[in-house]
Amino acid sequence: MATFYGSRNKTMERHVLLRDIDVPNIREIDVYLANDGYAAWKKALTTMKPDDVISVVKDSGLRGRGGAGFPAGVKWSFIPKDVFPKYVVVNGDESEAGTFKDHQLIDCNPHQVIEGTLLACYAVQANTAYIYLRGEFYEPAQTLQKAIDEAYARGLIGKNVLGSGFDVDVYIHLGAGAYICGEETALLSSLEGQLGQPRLRPPFPAQQGLYAKPTVVNNVETLANVPPIVLHGAQWYRQFGTEKSPGTKIFCVSGCVNRPGNYELPLGQYTIRELIEMAGGALQGRAVKGVLPAGSSAPILPASALDTKLDYESLQAAGSILGSASFVILDESVDIVWAARKMVRFFKHESCGKCTPCREGTHWALQLYNKLLSGYGTLDDVNMIGEVAAQMSGKCFCLLGEFATSPMLSTLKHFRAEYEAFVRAHSGGLRNGYDDELIREHVIDPAGNLIAGAVGQKRH
Amino acid sequence: MLREKRAQDIEKVLAKYPPERRRSAVMPLLYIAQEEYGYCTPEAIREVAEIIGCDPTEVKSIVGFYTMFYEQPVGKYVIDVCDDLPCALRGADRFVSHCEKKLGIRVGETTPDGKFTLNTVMCIAACDRAPVLQINKQYRYALDEQTFDRMIDELP
Ligand SMILES: Cc1cc2nc3c(=O)[nH]c(=O)nc-3n(C[C@H](O)[C@H](O)[C@H](O)COP(=O)(O)O)c2cc1C
Ligand code: SF4
Ligand code: FES
Repeated sequence: MATFYGSRNKTMERHVLLRDIDVPNIREIDVYLANDGYAAWKKALTTMKPDDVISVVKDSGLRGRGGAGFPAGVKWSFIPKDVFPKYVVVNGDESEAGTFKDHQLIDCNPHQVIEGTLLACYAVQANTAYIYLRGEFYEPAQTLQKAIDEAYARGLIGKNVLGSGFDVDVYIHLGAGAYICGEETALLSSLEGQLGQPRLRPPFPAQQGLYAKPTVVNNVETLANVPPIVLHGAQWYRQFGTEKSPGTKIFCVSGCVNRPGNYELPLGQYTIRELIEMAGGALQGRAVKGVLPAGSSAPILPASALDTKLDYESLQAAGSILGSASFVILDESVDIVWAARKMVRFFKHESCGKCTPCREGTHWALQLYNKLLSGYGTLDDVNMIGEVAAQMSGKCFCLLGEFATSPMLSTLKHFRAEYEAFVRAHSGGLRNGYDDELIREHVIDPAGNLIAGAVGQKRH
Repeated sequence: MLREKRAQDIEKVLAKYPPERRRSAVMPLLYIAQEEYGYCTPEAIREVAEIIGCDPTEVKSIVGFYTMFYEQPVGKYVIDVCDDLPCALRGADRFVSHCEKKLGIRVGETTPDGKFTLNTVMCIAACDRAPVLQINKQYRYALDEQTFDRMIDELP
């Protein structure tokens, strides 16, 4: 199997989530079963009431790992008891730039994801779970389907599981390439066969989710935490992490480091600087210029914030978010204007087009960055970027539009001098090495001339 | 006709969703149609619409919304190279330029013999193993110019 991971360093004595690092072949059901696998599932079905499962998850303080950090047990307790059917939907869209933790969980420890899903189903009394995976997870989906089939064959999924009288089915649904489908209401629309565009909230999915029925939506990693919590208890779980950010979390480290990869750590114990050191330090011993703690969606933090602790509260206090904990490291050789343009391009590409501020704002912002990068930018354009972002802020239908402003506003905030130096150094069409990218993206022609419509005017 | 050729697969897909929610099957059915026809042809769209019981224009709008459904014919091998920020910090742009040179086409184009289509894509959740690409949805990790060339030369 071609599943080779960038870094599989042991960051914990015993991992709670990335157990594949400690236990070879835990993706096989027999190995999983021999290592406490499905023990929590059996425990819940034979000795716990559904509400007991909700309680232990609530007490553990487990917070959603998909970005928003909402307490999972509390979310489950919102599900009405008297409405049927109900659904559990697992969010495996994993499309935030720099995020690859759910990918490793599914590839290497799929049964723990399934077991967590089953426990969520039992807790809220849902008989059906859909695991929504991004379309590019075609291969991981095969691994996961094989694991689901094995669990069916062992009587761990299906009718009257282990004689408990509880019926449950688990299905995989593949997306087809759209970041917005990671947003939970867009995901539900996509799963219903509609365009993957966000819906108004309220009603929240807990009231009217899939097919307008009560629905729990949780991230893959969130649910992978549930089996150990149910098996060992909330107190055991709370030995890791802090009061407000309990447990362990997978940190995805990418960009300018020597050993990019997934690092599972107790929340709040280490700093960003220590995380970078674990990942082998910056490439070629260079200094770190900035860090994106949650991919393109999180405000960039400058090097002065490297001693920030890795938990929800500390990152917020430092002016960013923990989000999905996808740490993209930028070293001193990286051009901030170029990096910001990459992120803005992402949001322009992924804007679903439903609302005007995001659809138009990301379009115009990218044009401004195109102008800067192709060597025709002015200081007015730099100011205009800030203005476009400010115009979008607070006016978009969903958070994607809000996220889109963060690379613009945060790089301007911390690195404005670099923007100005960039403009001074690249005037009159003078460029420094971005020609290939700009030609590829139809900003300039092979002779180096601007293509009409690529900057400053709408093309379609 | 999809319904005859892929009857079993279609049944399997439909069985995942409540009978009155057939529309949920639109994406998996489009994948099946694409496997059969190479891309989402007007014929494929009509058939999928018929199976789930909705208007073909609605299915067409779904096809247009998602990047993994093709509205035009594509090469035998579709190569999607990630050039999003985390990969670009590790040389993805230079790598894409090399892919263009090796295949003799620009991003977005198909080789004249119809063998390869080259695209760039946003993050595909494998940034720890950059440069990374998918070829017909199969990951190829930690590539360099030599391994890319070898992969291309060895494909039938
Ligand atoms: C634009 C956007 C993209 C998102 N992408 C993802 C994603 O890929 N995976 C994910 O689990 N949550 C994603 N979320 C968060 C989900 O909306 C939702 O909060 C989450 O799935 C809830 O699960 P959790 O409580 O377990 O984190 C995204 C949110 C937004 C606004
Ligand atoms: S903010 Fe962007 S992604 Fe969200 S609904 Fe509006 S256009 Fe769509
Ligand atoms: S940026 Fe290329 S896989 Fe994530």
